[in-house]
Amino acid sequence: MIAAVTVIAGLAVIFGLALGFAAVRFRTEGDPVVDRIDALLPQTQCGQCSYAGCRPYAEAIAGGQADINRCPPGGEATIRALADLLERDPKPLDPESGETKPKTVAVIDEPLCIGCTLCIQACPVDAILGAGKQMHTVIASECTGCELCVAPCPVDCIAMVEEPVTLKTWKWPHPASPTSLAHAPDPAQAAERR
Amino acid sequence: MSTPRLWRFHGGLKLDPRTTRAAAEPIVTVPVPPRLVLPLSQHVGQPAEPTVAVGERVLRGQPIARPSGYVGAKVHASSSGVVTGIADQPVPHPSGLSAPCIVIDTDGMDEAWEGYEPLDSFAELGAAELRARVRAAGVVGLGGAAFPTAVKLGAGSGLKLLILNAAECEPYICCDERLLCERPDEVLTGAQVLMRALEIGRCCIAIEEDKPAARRALEAALAARGQPGIEVIPVPAIYPEGGERQLIKVLTGEEVPARGVPPDIGYLCHNVGTAAAVGRAVLRGEPLISRIVTVTGEGVAHPRNLEVRLGTPVADLVASCGGYTASAAHLLMGGAMMGFPLADDTLPVIKGTNCIVAASREEIRPRAPAMPCIRCGECAEVCPAQLLPQQLYWHARAAELDQLGDYHLFDCIECGCCDVACPSQIPLTQYFRYAKTELWARDRDRIRSDLARERFEARKQRIEAEQEARKRRLEEKARAAEQARGSEAARKAMIEDALERVQARRNQGDGESATDDREPGR
Repeated sequence: MIAAVTVIAGLAVIFGLALGFAAVRFRTEGDPVVDRIDALLPQTQCGQCSYAGCRPYAEAIAGGQADINRCPPGGEATIRALADLLERDPKPLDPESGETKPKTVAVIDEPLCIGCTLCIQACPVDAILGAGKQMHTVIASECTGCELCVAPCPVDCIAMVEEPVTLKTWKWPHPASPTSLAHAPDPAQAAERR
Repeated sequence: MSTPRLWRFHGGLKLDPRTTRAAAEPIVTVPVPPRLVLPLSQHVGQPAEPTVAVGERVLRGQPIARPSGYVGAKVHASSSGVVTGIADQPVPHPSGLSAPCIVIDTDGMDEAWEGYEPLDSFAELGAAELRARVRAAGVVGLGGAAFPTAVKLGAGSGLKLLILNAAECEPYICCDERLLCERPDEVLTGAQVLMRALEIGRCCIAIEEDKPAARRALEAALAARGQPGIEVIPVPAIYPEGGERQLIKVLTGEEVPARGVPPDIGYLCHNVGTAAAVGRAVLRGEPLISRIVTVTGEGVAHPRNLEVRLGTPVADLVASCGGYTASAAHLLMGGAMMGFPLADDTLPVIKGTNCIVAASREEIRPRAPAMPCIRCGECAEVCPAQLLPQQLYWHARAAELDQLGDYHLFDCIECGCCDVACPSQIPLTQYFRYAKTELWARDRDRIRSDLARERFEARKQRIEAEQEARKRRLEEKARAAEQARGSEAARKAMIEDALERVQARRNQGDGESATDDREPGR
C-alpha cells in the first residue's frame, strides 16, 4: 500500500518536474494560433468585424470572443480557411458586419481636397500621402479598400473605385457560372479524332 | 539515310489535320492596311513602353515601344505613317478586353527606317552581339506563345542540341509548313545563326510525317547548302507533339523536369518561323513587322497562308482570301485545340497570331451539355503531361484550389486532349484555366495583404512611439512645474516674469494703436 503510494507520488514528482522544465525551456513567444489566423485574414484593416484591424480580430478569434464569420472582405473563402484551421464548421457571413463587395481602391478628387489630413489619420495602412493644407493623394498600390477614409472627409472628395481588370489580372470564369464562355464557340469542337 | 531512333510521349491524340486546302496554296502578301493597331503587351512580362508621341511620323521598321523589363520585346512600326493614338483598343485575347495600343494611320509609301544595316555574313559576330541584334529586332517565338527570343537565347551555355520545331500538330495551322515549302533557305540561315548564338554544334529540325512536301523542300535546300550539323527528322503526327516538352521526349527520350525548362537538360526549342525571323533580323536587319498567318476554315472562300504586317485587322486577311462564305459562323484565333473565339474581325494580328479560322456551324457545333463525370479515366489516358484530369476537375469544380497543387495543375499545358477524349463532354480545360487564373489572383492578393499587414504594424508602432514620446514630454513638463513650485522665491519670480511679459505686450499694443494715425518711426 505504502509502496504503491510512494511510487505514484514519485512518478508525479518526476513528471511534474519534466513538464515544468519543458514549459520553461520550450516556451513559445507570442501565440502561434493568432499568427496563423492573422495570415488567413485579408489584411484590409477595415474594422468591419468591430475590431481595430485584422490582428486584433485574429486575437479575438483565438481567445474565443469572436466568431469566424465576421470578415466581409475575406468572404466565404476566408471563413472556409478559418474553419479548416480551427476545425470548426463553416457558417455564412454574419450580415451584421457587412457584405462582400468587389475590391475597390480609394481615389481622391484632388481639386476638391482642402488638405485637412483627416483621411491620413484614418488610413490604417498609411496609404494616403499629403500634409496640412496641401493636396492629398492615395497610393493606389498600397490601398486596401477599407473605406475608413471616406467618412472623415469633410468635403466628400473620396470615392471608392473598382480596380479595372487588365490582361494581367483577368480571370477565366468558372465554367459553370453564368458568365462562363460556355455559350461561346468552343474551338475543341472543331477537332476530330482520326 | 538511317532513321534515328524516336520515342513516344504519353497520351496525345491523332487528329484530323484539316490543312489540305490551305497548305496547297502559295503564300500571298496582304496589302498594308490604312490603319495599324499594335498592342503594347503581346506576351508574358510587362507591357512595352511607347517611345513615340501622338502625331509623330514613323517609318517602317522604326522602334515605337521598348521593353520595360528583361522579359520583353520591342514593338516596331509595321509601315510608315503617323501615330494617331496611344490608347486602349480591343486586343485579341480570350478576355475580349482592351489594352494599351499604338495606332498608326499609314500613308501608303511604306518608307523604310534607316536604322539597320544589313550584314554580308555573321561569321565575325559573337554570341552576345547576335543576341543584341535579335533583341533589337523584337523577335519573339512565332509558334504561338510569343516568348521573347533573345531571353531564350540567354538561357545558358553548354547545350547539347538545338531543336527547330516544325511539328505544327494543331488542326488547321499550316503556316510553318508553307514557310518550309517556299523559304527553306531562310529557315536554314536562321538555324545557323541560332547555332552560333547558342554555341551549339548540332541542330535537328523536327517535322511531322504528314507534311512530305515541306520535308522534301527542306531536305533539298539542306543538300544544296551542304550544311553540317543540321538534320531533318520526320516525327509521327500526334497532337500535341509541337509542345516543346513532348517534342523533346519524342526526339531524345528525355523528360524536362516539371518545374524546369528545356535548357536544364541541355536542349533548346525554337519554332522554324522564329528561326527564319532571327535569320532575317541578323542578316538583313529586318525587325519583326510581319508574319505568316494561316487563314482557313469553311467560312473563307480560298483558305491559304498570308504574309501579314503586324497590326493588320483580321477582316483584311479574310478579304485577301476571297472573303467569307455564306456558311461562316465563328471566328477563331489560333488552331482548333488551343485557339480562342474572336468577338469581331476588327481585331489586329499580333506577333503570336499563327492562324485565323472562320468556321461554319457544322465545323464547330455548340458544345453538348456536360454530363456527370463517370470516372472512366480516358482523360488520364490522353494527357500528354501525365496528369489526372479527373482529379483536377473535381477540385477545380468545387473551387478547392489548395488541393490542385498536389495534382500538379501548373504542369497542364492546356492542350485540350482531355476535352476531346471526355465522353461526358466536360469542358475540362476551361476548369483548369479557371483554376490557374484563380490561383494567380490569390498569389497577388497574398502579396498585397502581406504588404498591408507590414504597413499596419509599422503604423501601429509609429503611433505607439508617438504616444510614448508625448507622455514623456508631459511628464517632464509636470516635473519641471513641480520643481518650480517647490521654492517660494522661484514661484514669486515666475509670477513677476509673467506679469512683466503681460505688461510689455500691453505697452507694445498701446504703442501700435497709438502710432496708427501718425507717421511711423521715432
